[in-house]
Amino acid sequence: MTELQVLLFASYAEAFGASAVTVSVPDRGTVEDVVAALRVLPGGHVLPARPLVSVDRRYAPGAVPVHAGQEVALIPPVAGG
Amino acid sequence: MIRAAIVAAPIDVAGLLDEVTAECTGATTCFVGTVRDVNDGRAVTGIEYSAYAAMAIEEMTRIGTEARAQFGDVRIVIEHRVGTLGLRDVSVAIAVSHARRAPALDAQRFAIEELKRRVPIWKCEHYVDGDRQWVDPTAIASDAPAVARGGQ
Repeated sequence: MTELQVLLFASYAEAFGASAVTVSVPDRGTVEDVVAALRVLPGGHVLPARPLVSVDRRYAPGAVPVHAGQEVALIPPVAGG
Repeated sequence: MIRAAIVAAPIDVAGLLDEVTAECTGATTCFVGTVRDVNDGRAVTGIEYSAYAAMAIEEMTRIGTEARAQFGDVRIVIEHRVGTLGLRDVSVAIAVSHARRAPALDAQRFAIEELKRRVPIWKCEHYVDGDRQWVDPTAIASDAPAVARGGQ
């Protein structure tokens, strides 16, 4: 298993009660595995079917592989402007 | 020339206009977003903005790069403010310049639309009745951002 820290913001940070959480995903895991691990944490029920995730500050679809040391973030629906 | 920033202090709109204006430019445009008193029928007293600053700056810079690829040699500066803002406060300002007006105006529109669609910035509205709520455009609009559907 690989341990990854996931950054949380705005409504998701409030739902999870933290600005970052650590999750374990299978080796050679993907963004989808990260989302699945987050979904079962307290607060994870607020996540939509396909939440936005970024890897190293770029949006990453579910099939993108994740590695230890990458900057992974869960992105709530954006509302800038 | 492209510059993007997330700022905590008030945005100096005139400064941005000055920054993009050069001897080679003949048209400078500016979009300014401000805090409005009503949203979805509810009286708003202020908005608390937060951002994933590192990614927001990169994403706004990518928008600037795409604007230059599409509309030519525009000069563009984007600043978005974070923190608690009151009514009429400037939340975002985008200044664009070009030798001619059409590319400047087109790039201006492109930049604000893309910023709203994909830059990781969030707003929590505070209402007159004391309530607060994170704004979720995907809950109102049927066409969620392409990134939400796994594309970009």
